[in-house]
Amino acid sequence: MAPGQERVGPSRRNRQKKTHRLFWAALAAPGVIWLALLFVVPFYAILAIVGGQLDVFGVPVAVWNPLHWSSANFSAAWQDVAGTSAFVGPIILRTLVYVALASLISLLIAYPAAYFVARFAGRRKALFLVLLIAPFWISYMMRMLAWIDLLQTNGYVNKALSLLHLIGQPVNWLGGLGITVIFGLVYGYIPYLILVLYAGLDRIDQALIEVGRDLGLGRVRTFVRVTLPLSRQPILTGMLITVLPMLGDYFTNQLLSGTTGTTMFGNVVDDQLSSSGGVLQGEGAVFSLLFLLVLIAPMIYYVMATNRSSRATA
Amino acid sequence: MTTATTTARSVLGRLRPRRNPWRHPWFLEGFTWLYLIWSLVPVALAVLFSFNNGRSQSVWQGFSWRWYYADPVNSVLHDPNLHAAVVQTIRLSVYVTLITVPLGVAFALGINRWRGFTASTSNFIMILSFVIPELIFGVAMFFVFTKLFTAVGLGTLAEVLALVTWNVSWPALIVQARLVTLGRQYEEAAADLGATPWQVTYRVLWPLLGPAIFASAVLVFSGVIDDFVLVDLLSSNSGNTPMSVYIYSQQRGGNGGPALNALGTIMLAMSFVIAIVGYLGYLFLTRGERGSGIDALTTIAGEG
Repeated sequence: MAPGQERVGPSRRNRQKKTHRLFWAALAAPGVIWLALLFVVPFYAILAIVGGQLDVFGVPVAVWNPLHWSSANFSAAWQDVAGTSAFVGPIILRTLVYVALASLISLLIAYPAAYFVARFAGRRKALFLVLLIAPFWISYMMRMLAWIDLLQTNGYVNKALSLLHLIGQPVNWLGGLGITVIFGLVYGYIPYLILVLYAGLDRIDQALIEVGRDLGLGRVRTFVRVTLPLSRQPILTGMLITVLPMLGDYFTNQLLSGTTGTTMFGNVVDDQLSSSGGVLQGEGAVFSLLFLLVLIAPMIYYVMATNRSSRATA
Repeated sequence: MTTATTTARSVLGRLRPRRNPWRHPWFLEGFTWLYLIWSLVPVALAVLFSFNNGRSQSVWQGFSWRWYYADPVNSVLHDPNLHAAVVQTIRLSVYVTLITVPLGVAFALGINRWRGFTASTSNFIMILSFVIPELIFGVAMFFVFTKLFTAVGLGTLAEVLALVTWNVSWPALIVQARLVTLGRQYEEAAADLGATPWQVTYRVLWPLLGPAIFASAVLVFSGVIDDFVLVDLLSSNSGNTPMSVYIYSQQRGGNGGPALNALGTIMLAMSFVIAIVGYLGYLFLTRGERGSGIDALTTIAGEG
């Protein structure tokens, strides 16, 4: 027992413990209240809009009492999905295809680069890390602007391609090509993926890899049997961290194409939210809610996975 | 694969003169360099075009400062909208950092010690705010400010409140991680020597948590500079439109031009200054700790 603690009697120590607890609770209180008012209540606001009524102009009116909720907005949203003027189905399909391709391409590019920097960069690791992290510090809009410059009809991409005789006519890359949007998504979100992969691969014990090699496995087989299984977790969390925002992206396609042929799910919500007079906001609330419900499982998985790994490294 | 073929293969492998198994992976290194060129050179060119002496974003017409200050109408300095966008971004970054960091640090400290249902639920909600797609959170914020807290409305106040909520998980998570690695022995020692909880917090924890708090401030500040979705949904006029939203709306509306590149370059310069200050500051605060160079790099990128 530490000196000085003898003087504290059990009842006094208990009282002290209680005041300590109060002290910590008071310290956390502002944050707790903030999150309650500005994170929990806003989600209830979505529910209140979804279950709310429409006024005479068709503008949603929030109803805060769940007992009075109606299905007016749901049926309006259902018209968008399955009614006579349905338009959402193909957009959702397109979003899934774009995001699947973009995240797959991102992984194929990011993994080798992260693997190289984590395992082989040696004394130049700091240099490679600076370069890998740099895009993280460049605004998304600036990075999109960079490609808008390059992909103009008279831009450097067309110039380079025609110099190599790969194209006869300049391609109108920004005129509504799906491939441009997919490529833009890859370019936009890959830095986050690479950082997660790097952090995960860097944590793999080199000794495990060396054991594989010492026991006679070749380079490729060591990778397949040792490194790849050990990097399953970073791959999963890295994919989540890129796929979740990609699914809600509504600006990349607007900047790189801007035509209805490349509309994604995020555009539907964004357009409904900014619809003139707010007449479509109720439908926007319904789609946001459904979007949230679909993503809640992967989100909770991510929370638990990061919790586990932070406990493992601690 | 059968055992026989495996054995045959390993025998073959032994007979064949092997290449050096520890040779440098030139192919991987080349691939990594190609990736880096692809990811950075376009931005370098975009920066270059902000100095273009013409309206084109794709044809070089000579060097000039006209899009920064020389042009009396369309330069960042003289166009009131461009100017306002720069000011708004700086304003938001400063306000949000000043509110978020104390809020998040106090939250992390309190939650870490104050056990119980409320504490763990709050913590779960905080982590949820870290992973929720920004669009959904933005929609929630849009409705709460237009339908419930109507006194807030859209504009700077809404942007600040939303950005603080969105970013508070940075200090909260980073400080909690640091608390876990520190353990409680330093505080217990101080408490045994008679320090009150406040004294323990102020004199023992505060210096030990310094690097983590600093790193989270850097992340919040740069995160606000780069934020787009929340401010896009919550801005209402050119007076409260920050740079990212301005670039987006102008480019989308067909009003692109080197002035936007100039704006993007200013954003980039701001972020890089913050990054360098963050890196050097983190190194200074953790001087004497092992391997802090690489640590500092990954920490200020949020991967510590």
